[in-house]
Amino acid sequence: MRYIWLIPLLPGIGAAINGLLGIRAFSRRVSGVLACTMMAAALGLSAVAFWQLLGLAPEAREFTVVVAQWIPAIPLQTVHGIGAFQVPWGFRLDPLSGMMLLVVTGIGTLIHVYSTAYMADEPRGGVARFFCYLNLFCFFMLMLVLGNNFLVMFVGWEGVGLCSYLLIGYWYEKTSAADAGKKAFITNRVGDWGFILGIFLIFYTFGTLDFRAVQNAAGALPIEAGHFGVLSVICLLLFVGATGKSAQIPLYIWLPDAMEGPTPVSALIHAATMVTAGVYMLGRNAVLFSHAPQVMTIVAVVGVLTALMAASIGLVQYDIKRVLAYSTVSQLGYMFTAMGVGAFSAGAFHLMTHAFFKALLFLGSGSVIHAMGGEQDMRRMGALKKYMPVTFATMFIGTLAIAGIPPFAGFFSKDEILFRAFVANKAIWVLAVLTALMTAFYMFRLIAMTFFGSYRGPAWDAHQAPAAGHAAHAPDSSHQPPASSHDDHGGGHGHGHGAWHGPHESPTPMTFPLMALAVGAIVAGFVGIPAALGGSNTLERFLEPSFTAQHHVLAVGEHVAEGGEAAVESEPAAEPHVSRGVELGLMGFSVLIAVIGIAVAWNFYVTSPEKSVQLAERFAGAHRVLSHKYYVDELYGATVIAGTFSAGRGLWTFDRRVVDGMVNGAGKLTVISSWFSSLTDRTVVDGLVNLIGWIVQESSYAFRRLQTGLVQNYALLMLFGIFAFVSVYLFVR
Amino acid sequence: MITPTHYMLLSAALFIIGVIGVMVRRNIIIIFMSIELMLNAVNINLVAFSFQLHHVVGQVFAVFVIAVAAAEAAVGLGIILAFYRNKETVNIDEMNLMRS
Repeated sequence: MRYIWLIPLLPGIGAAINGLLGIRAFSRRVSGVLACTMMAAALGLSAVAFWQLLGLAPEAREFTVVVAQWIPAIPLQTVHGIGAFQVPWGFRLDPLSGMMLLVVTGIGTLIHVYSTAYMADEPRGGVARFFCYLNLFCFFMLMLVLGNNFLVMFVGWEGVGLCSYLLIGYWYEKTSAADAGKKAFITNRVGDWGFILGIFLIFYTFGTLDFRAVQNAAGALPIEAGHFGVLSVICLLLFVGATGKSAQIPLYIWLPDAMEGPTPVSALIHAATMVTAGVYMLGRNAVLFSHAPQVMTIVAVVGVLTALMAASIGLVQYDIKRVLAYSTVSQLGYMFTAMGVGAFSAGAFHLMTHAFFKALLFLGSGSVIHAMGGEQDMRRMGALKKYMPVTFATMFIGTLAIAGIPPFAGFFSKDEILFRAFVANKAIWVLAVLTALMTAFYMFRLIAMTFFGSYRGPAWDAHQAPAAGHAAHAPDSSHQPPASSHDDHGGGHGHGHGAWHGPHESPTPMTFPLMALAVGAIVAGFVGIPAALGGSNTLERFLEPSFTAQHHVLAVGEHVAEGGEAAVESEPAAEPHVSRGVELGLMGFSVLIAVIGIAVAWNFYVTSPEKSVQLAERFAGAHRVLSHKYYVDELYGATVIAGTFSAGRGLWTFDRRVVDGMVNGAGKLTVISSWFSSLTDRTVVDGLVNLIGWIVQESSYAFRRLQTGLVQNYALLMLFGIFAFVSVYLFVR
Repeated sequence: MITPTHYMLLSAALFIIGVIGVMVRRNIIIIFMSIELMLNAVNINLVAFSFQLHHVVGQVFAVFVIAVAAAEAAVGLGIILAFYRNKETVNIDEMNLMRS
């Protein structure tokens, strides 16, 4: 356990080797194997560390390793006078970070393996670059997870943002990919602004950035129930950071566009790990947040609204990855709802299960896209079940999991959230249930459009794949897809297989992670079986110490702390108020909702596909609003972006008119004054000089007559002079 | 009886002849001789007053003037000789090298 600092370092080393040497020298296989090895080693270390953590007593499950001093003690102003701003490179393993550790390394390793096959058609240097970024991402993500203070977490936080940008823009020759990368980066900056301000305020308030110290200090403060105090401001700022990273309203717009990146990236970064960093950060600061109930309400409302909005957009999208992207936003909304109603462990539980089934779904969609030669539009798919049975089976499991069908993973976590929402606030519960209905619907719509029905994709050479001969002619008759904009994806994504021989099952390195994740999507929920179903909710009790202030601080005897601590404990104590029957009833109801959603989707897209078209025509207005994603991008374009542009243009005009004008005016003034100066120079000064010269010249004409050069003239003049002097001497004196 | 007035008149006449010679003649040798004439006019004056006043200083002064005149004649003739060797003339109008 002492070597947990190696866990982030190993992928970092892999990234360095691949980045410095691999891009020039390594073959595809070498760079892929290197990256996978590093991740597998990190996974092994994580598993060992986690095992050791489980071996400890529940209260003692916290382990901190300080590798080095990062920032030495700098005197800085805090609210208690001058404090010492010092930050170590410290890593902390506790139940929450342990769980995240396993999720990141486990799913990360599987996705690395998957990528070796998925990226096989890329140019050699590109593959090494891809794995370098992917390893670098894991390095930063693990640092984010393991950091024991806010600043180390922030380093990881920014690092994953950078890697996300790099990986979204992996196909940087494509304008849309480059733009999507920029959009993600800039949108994240807005959130990071809030996060860093929150960190400043935390240091100013508590004089430290260590998680444990901040938690203990915050636990000692009274709950800000009636007023909006400094803790609330901190939490609000941290939540702004979380909305950026975890794609919540109003900063969710980057995530759907982030699907321009390669599919493994979408699975790893934009579904399983990075986007959950915001949820993780909220969980890390659970004590802070439980002291700011008003912010908790904001978190819950934003979460559930995001969930609902994203799910409704997901209903009408046709791009398979975009459906999953909106689904991710929606599920993240669920997690925030859970955090907002105080069910931190439920949120973290959903984070974990979601990581499994959403990574599975993304990888499955990647497999489908791979099989279709780069096609992402679901209107050009269909009936793929018989071509790719493994992908179908695993994706189906993932879909059942996300829809909340027992006994798959999503059921337990989602139901826990719904139950806690029901206890906390009925309105939020209603919205969450509505979201659950939509989730089941759009996920089965995806499955139906992709795997069932008739084949609507492009035809291929029938000699190569005789079994598909009849299906190849289907697109002419029914459901001719509009000439969609996704045609360019084929070339751009580099799936140029040469001659495309129709949909086919993906190679083993791709199907293996699918199967592994499918197993995960089935069993991941079993760690959190609620008490109502005869389980013991192992995970919740396991995670509980991470969400509370430390106990032995109380033992030291801080009486003020006890009040805060009791209040924190009171949140989970709300559970027993609802009887077991109600809980079971809610479970049954949510399963019923999921089944209804599935049935409706089945009816619309498999048994009678024309119904969905009719429905879309009947509610054309609503459909249009949904397919344009509530015009939020347009709204931001018209307000924020246009505002920024016009502000920039205004500043430019100011620059041009006023600043440049001043400079030019000064220049012009100098020119004018110098003209006058030259005028006086020419007339007065030169005139004087010339006048003297002229006088001398003119007088010289007269006087030069004297210089005859004749000695006798001189003698005569001399004589006259003598006469004159003598005359004066004799007569005048 | 010859009075100092007579000596002075002779001296003044000689001096004026010398001045006129310097002014009007073109041959530098003649000019040179005219200068000697002026010097000797001065000498006559000096000796006359020395005799008249019974004071020997005037005669001593005259001897000095004769010595200086001899030295002057030597230097002046040397210059004239050098000039003649260069220009093959002794006409004073040709001696205008310093003219601008």
